[in-house]
Amino acid sequence: MYQAIVFLPLLGAILAGLIALFGARARFPGEAPPAGDDGSQPAQAHAHAAHDHGHDHAAHGHDDHGHGPVEPAASGSRLVELITTTLLAVSMILSWIALAQVGFGGQDIRVPIFDWIVSGDLKIAWALRIDTLTAVMLVVVNSVSCVVHLYSIGYMHEDPYRPRFFGYLSLFTFAMLMLVTSDNLVQMFFGWEGVGLASYLLIGFWYQKPSANAAAIKAFVVNRVGDFGFALGIFALFAMTGAVDFDTVFAQAPALTGKSIDFFGWHADALTLICLLLFMGAMGKSAQFLLHTWLPDAMEGPTPVSALIHAATMVTAGVFMVARLSPLFELAPNAQTFVTFIGATTAIFAATIGLVQNDIKRIVAYSTCSQLGYMFVAMGCGAYSVGMYHLFTHAFFKALLFLGSGSVIHAMHHEQDIRNMGGLKDRIPFTYIVMIIGTLALTGFPLTAGYFSKDAIIEAAFVGKNPMALYAFVCTVAAALLTSFYSWRLIFKTFHGAPHDVKHWKEAHESPMVMLIPLGFLAIGSVLAGLPFKDVFAGHGVEHFFRESLTFAKTNTVLDDLHHVPLHIALLPTVMMVIGFVIAWHFYIRRPDIPVELARQHDFLYRFLLNKWYFDELYEIIFVRPAKWIGHQLWKKGDGWLIDGFGPDGVSARVLDVTRNVVRLQSGYLYHYAFAMLIGAAAFITWFMFSAGIH
Amino acid sequence: MNWPVLSVVTFLPLLGALLIMLMVRGNGPLAKGTARWISMWTTLVTFAVSLVMVYRFDATSAEFQFSEKYDWLGVSSYHMGVDGISLPFVILTTALMPICILASWTSIQKRVKEYMIAFLVLETLMIGTFSALDLVLFYLFFEGGLIPMFLIIGIWGGQRRVYASFKFFLYTLAGSVLMLLAIMAMYWQAGTTDIPTLLRYNFPAGMQTWCWLAFFASFAVKMPMWPVHTWLPDAHVEAPTAGSVVLAAILLKMGGYGFLRFSLPMFPLASLDFTPLVYTMSVVAIIYTSLVALMQEDVKKLIAYSSVAHMGFVTMGIFAANQQGVAGAVFQMISHGIVSGALFLCVGVVYDRMHTREIKFYGGVVTRMPIFAAIFMVFTMANVGLPGTSGFVGEFLTLIGTFKANIPVASLATLGVILSAAYALWLYRKMVYGTLKPALEGIKDIGLREAVIFTPLVILTILFGVAPKPVLDMSAASVTQLLDGYNKAIATKTAATTSNPVSVAR
Repeated sequence: MYQAIVFLPLLGAILAGLIALFGARARFPGEAPPAGDDGSQPAQAHAHAAHDHGHDHAAHGHDDHGHGPVEPAASGSRLVELITTTLLAVSMILSWIALAQVGFGGQDIRVPIFDWIVSGDLKIAWALRIDTLTAVMLVVVNSVSCVVHLYSIGYMHEDPYRPRFFGYLSLFTFAMLMLVTSDNLVQMFFGWEGVGLASYLLIGFWYQKPSANAAAIKAFVVNRVGDFGFALGIFALFAMTGAVDFDTVFAQAPALTGKSIDFFGWHADALTLICLLLFMGAMGKSAQFLLHTWLPDAMEGPTPVSALIHAATMVTAGVFMVARLSPLFELAPNAQTFVTFIGATTAIFAATIGLVQNDIKRIVAYSTCSQLGYMFVAMGCGAYSVGMYHLFTHAFFKALLFLGSGSVIHAMHHEQDIRNMGGLKDRIPFTYIVMIIGTLALTGFPLTAGYFSKDAIIEAAFVGKNPMALYAFVCTVAAALLTSFYSWRLIFKTFHGAPHDVKHWKEAHESPMVMLIPLGFLAIGSVLAGLPFKDVFAGHGVEHFFRESLTFAKTNTVLDDLHHVPLHIALLPTVMMVIGFVIAWHFYIRRPDIPVELARQHDFLYRFLLNKWYFDELYEIIFVRPAKWIGHQLWKKGDGWLIDGFGPDGVSARVLDVTRNVVRLQSGYLYHYAFAMLIGAAAFITWFMFSAGIH
Repeated sequence: MNWPVLSVVTFLPLLGALLIMLMVRGNGPLAKGTARWISMWTTLVTFAVSLVMVYRFDATSAEFQFSEKYDWLGVSSYHMGVDGISLPFVILTTALMPICILASWTSIQKRVKEYMIAFLVLETLMIGTFSALDLVLFYLFFEGGLIPMFLIIGIWGGQRRVYASFKFFLYTLAGSVLMLLAIMAMYWQAGTTDIPTLLRYNFPAGMQTWCWLAFFASFAVKMPMWPVHTWLPDAHVEAPTAGSVVLAAILLKMGGYGFLRFSLPMFPLASLDFTPLVYTMSVVAIIYTSLVALMQEDVKKLIAYSSVAHMGFVTMGIFAANQQGVAGAVFQMISHGIVSGALFLCVGVVYDRMHTREIKFYGGVVTRMPIFAAIFMVFTMANVGLPGTSGFVGEFLTLIGTFKANIPVASLATLGVILSAAYALWLYRKMVYGTLKPALEGIKDIGLREAVIFTPLVILTILFGVAPKPVLDMSAASVTQLLDGYNKAIATKTAATTSNPVSVAR
């Protein structure tokens, strides 16, 4: 069953890929075999090119996607949609069964597949590790992936390259499943980079757009920066324990306390260093502060992609990783403190940027970034199950918000700027209602899913014992207010008030059923994912539910303390939510002139936030330009001038110089030779006399 | 059944070359066809025979297998044989040659007969290099390979082919002269040129230093290591596609093979002493050439620079001198042989159609050549070292091995994974993505011949990424034996020279 869960999406991806390739083949037949081996080659090839030109003409007009008339859909599009979506649906159902069996039934299992890399004492096998932590992720990944597949059938119906799109989506799902079922760090790295590849392909899906290409590369490269740390963490762990599989590593972890690694002259505590390096990978994947810059740009991809990858699943991989490695992090309190710090900073930092953005998807993206920060706060405070709880609920309501935004964008004919919207609640009421539900869940309205998980995190920060816990508490509470504000701002500007673009407003239409069903499903999840699971994620059932998949040190009492927070602390997030709502309502419904005035008065602050704290510009100056400059210098000056100049080119030039001069000596005049002889004889005699004199 | 399978594999291509020489006259259509088909069949049969070796090879033994030894020349003998380190390279060579011939099928129209002869002779020499078990024989094969390659670049190359071929020739020759001196010195010292005997011979420490340096000069140029790498971009740029493939896939590996066959086992003490030097050069190579690759305007140059960076991982892994490092280096070389060869073939595909290598010229190719784009993506990702492709396994093993030996070196080298992503994806974006350039309107997707070329390479790249075990198993025993000898030599030295218990062995 577990093989089916993981490999059905791969099967879908392969089938979709093949159909996409064959479809493309049918549209652009390859070069015909050469008629014969005659004549000179360049001329022939040129003739060929010219010939082809004529041939292709018929297919031409509709090639430039987005410019000319719409291209016909690739053949087999419908088939691919059916195949991939059905396979995913099967996977999803099996995942829920798995959660029931593993989580509630307690049947942990390890499914070996085959050996991967075996070299000396390094042994890495492909295997599926199914415990509660994995089962939760299986449910999240497959559920969201399934509804996103379904939704995409509607959302992408105008796109001519649907087979490719669905292939990528299924490929992503497979990689993500490999990540969450991994039994060792290297397989996790495989999934980790695999989702990175899928994300790269999907962000750059509309490859004609330069901005999409740039965003895709940025996402991949920034993630590689994180992966650099992840890889080093794996290396260090192997150097210290001689293994990379979880069971061995976790068993040996307690023995590592107190050991140190000499890292560039820094005698680092081994476990702290390993955890920090591994966490660097998590920072990249989960778009945490300093490595967050790729996430907003990733919104260049189609909206279903944002919902699946950049909200519900891939970006939560970092959180999952910390949870999976809880036996290590529990032994490295300094690393936990760092995790808390980064999480809290991201939570507040991303929320501030979200306040002023105008692109509907970017607001939701920054919101995701901020919510991921919340999860890391929980992880850093040692409340792993609580972080997983928020991951679980967040997957539903954030995917809902993204798909809802997609529905808005779809209705508005690919308009994404909320300043051009307004008044849409009458035109697309279903979308409006589900967006309200998603927003309520996100802001933590009582009894919605987000209410339970988010409040638990804030409480965990309050009772947390590490030095950054107080900072985290302040940040998360403040961020709760900001979250409420920007979420309602989005709702009000999009759905309320007078329409700004009347033409589009009039044409706006509710999305087709195939898109609304996923929205409805996620809306239900956004409400119901909370209370029923409270006990097993944040209550007394944690130990029984998660068993060995999460490790809590003996001194770690966060989960017990959660139940004893004072009432005023427990109510604080709700109060913040209400304040945020009231301010948003005041700003955007009652007195729409206030925000404009405010932005004008605090111009610097406004632009600082609008430009995302100038991180992109900063990185451009610190990393991108110097790298290019150095590369250019090394090439021209290093290779060209220094190595070649003094190496082969220099030597051959010198040899030429010498021969040229030697040639000049052979003038052919007798008196030149006689003179040279005379000088030679004189020099010889002089030398002879002097050397004789010394004797 | 005891036929000399190794000699057959080695000299079959030469036989094919003779056949072409005898049967083909002129450069007419018939002559061209005959030359092509003869070389195609020759290389295919050679490959088939080499698979017999794979089948009969005993991977649990570290000894030389398929050995053949005949007296020859008095001082030396004709001694051939393969172990787990050399067999993968032999197979790589025999497997890639049919692909090279097929890749030259239509793009080479000038002097086809001579071209095919040059390639077949080159194949014999390359296989010989990897399987020679006598220093003189090795030297002959090793140096002999220069000549056909020199001709291939010099005759069938691009515009600056003469400059490139001379640069290539002089660089490599300068290194080899020193190696010849060292070979002679070793003969005077040990009284034999038989490699298996020399592997067990303990050279005095002082002599090891000089011999190591002399061999290093030759192998470092071949690899190529920074800073003697500048011949490679020029040679690649000017060479015809198949020439680039052979150069990147096989000729470069001779350097790494040399380190494994000679430097490490014969001069262990010197190897240990010079490890910091090799580390430095490797790390500089990885970072320096990756940065340079980032700024290239010529596709082939970019891939050539990325080759230098990847070879940096190999040298680093070899001198990490532990199981993962060395096995990783062998694997990385095989994987790079497949991947970089395939990348040059990809460039060849568009070059054959458009006759330019300038990156700026291309753009939006995917809208006309979707299959090509998919294939190119696979190899780009393998070049980047994405897990699941063969590129990852080699990189990962060399890095993890080096990390055990030296943390800063491994950490700095790991930076290469960021840079490789940057330049490879940038190249892909510029060439394949974006809107279609008007000049490319008529470009056609790959044909059947090209599909036949790429299919095995795509399969191998992914297969070795997911299940690299066959290659790793093949070399494991030999690598272990190599390292045992190396560590023993160093332990003996340490025990002999230091009476205090502080160990310098790592």
